[in-house]
Amino acid sequence: MIQGLIMFGKYLSLLGNVFSRPENKKVYFRRVLDEMVKLGVNSLTIVSIISLFMGAVVTIQTGLQLSNPFIPKYLIGFATRESLILEFSPTMIALILAGKVGSSIASEIGTMRVSEQIDALEIMGINSSAFIIQPKIIASVLFFPILVIISMAIGMFGGFLAATLGGIISKAEFLQGLLYWFQPFYVLYALVKTVFFAFAISSVSSFFGYYTDGGAIAVGKSSTKAVVYSCIVILIVNFIITQLMLS
Amino acid sequence: MINVEKINKSFGSKHVLQDVSFSFEAGKTNLVIGASGSGKTTLIKCMVGLHTPDSGKIIFDGASFNDLEKKDKRELRQQIGMLFQGGALFDYLTVEQNIAFPLNMFTNMSEEEKRDRVNFCLNRVNLNNVNDLFPAELSGGMIKRVAIARAISMNPKYLFCDEPNSGLDPQTSIIIDNLIHEITQEYNITTVVNTHDMNSVVEIGDNIAFISQGKLAWQGNKDSIISSDCKELNDFVFASQLFKKLKQ
Repeated sequence: MIQGLIMFGKYLSLLGNVFSRPENKKVYFRRVLDEMVKLGVNSLTIVSIISLFMGAVVTIQTGLQLSNPFIPKYLIGFATRESLILEFSPTMIALILAGKVGSSIASEIGTMRVSEQIDALEIMGINSSAFIIQPKIIASVLFFPILVIISMAIGMFGGFLAATLGGIISKAEFLQGLLYWFQPFYVLYALVKTVFFAFAISSVSSFFGYYTDGGAIAVGKSSTKAVVYSCIVILIVNFIITQLMLS
Repeated sequence: MINVEKINKSFGSKHVLQDVSFSFEAGKTNLVIGASGSGKTTLIKCMVGLHTPDSGKIIFDGASFNDLEKKDKRELRQQIGMLFQGGALFDYLTVEQNIAFPLNMFTNMSEEEKRDRVNFCLNRVNLNNVNDLFPAELSGGMIKRVAIARAISMNPKYLFCDEPNSGLDPQTSIIIDNLIHEITQEYNITTVVNTHDMNSVVEIGDNIAFISQGKLAWQGNKDSIISSDCKELNDFVFASQLFKKLKQ
């Protein structure tokens, strides 16, 4: 318990350092763009593949549950859309990104720590935590919502393919379901969640990477801790935001 | 000039540095020597601000480092160049980008001026046509030379070198030692070299501090080290047959 509080205190203290004024705004801006490519654009393929199959599976399973002839078929499209927007796209994709991006951030920063690159930054008079971590957090917070919107669109397309090619329902019925009783607030809710998830993944992973102590084994441990803790934080934040925005 | 006054540093119950005082002179290659675990790396890390000493003062040309405000510390650090044991080059940047890194962060130089400065620094360390290579593509000696080039790119007043010869063959070690020595004299830098390589001591030791079990056990230069009667120093320096013969 005390260990946990100390760790949380170190995390808050690190965040305090991370959000200090940049030494050179131009260099930081370029780093944000680089991180957007590294953390966001490079995750597009995995996000697209997962979303396509996720949408397809949600549609097939919903189709199985709604086999009662009294329930209109277009509700399959409706349920697919709602599941994707409310939960699957933001939360599933965040968990996937915690694995992919979180481990990458922790191992990159951990390697910088053990190879003295962070010390080199400090000796040059650069705030190493701000220089390394701030662009990663900004890039994640800005780009992850885009990934989630793309995931929603591809997921629905996957559902459409499964529904029509699998003969579950007709194109028209699926599209009718997709458009039925659309609530833009749900998209806002998903994006708000995503922003918090992005912050959690990038900051928690950076924290474990930054405080890596030792050699190659320590880098591996930091990477594992980053993924585990990011996932736990995502699930807790998901519960809190859902309670606050939807209940 | 850097003065270290009564520095103490402990890690838990282990007292690593005990009342260490020494003057590191400008324009000279100041060596900190001692066996592994004697506290010399801790001393150098205290001097550059990576560790905070428990007590004592580190004075850079009259300015006490620990009493400086955070902003002033950052400004002072911009006058410090450091060569790390492993080079500590940024592996995602090319050689040119590594050397230009401090210039990008702290100067308003144009791209052309920066390129000229990078090429000047590379020429100074006798490296050519490596601008576009990444650190992973360089040999150990080249990494050290690029690290020296990066350390001098901002015209530092103080240069710290942590085990500059580790992992290098004897011939390359001498090249690196001589390079550090030449740069020190050429730009009147206060250079502090942390080493346990006796060849470096004999080649470039203008001013030497010998640390043993966390204490300053002896001070002198490359000429006086041979005739020293400090037992701990003699045990350390003349451990090899070659140096025993040299003493005889």
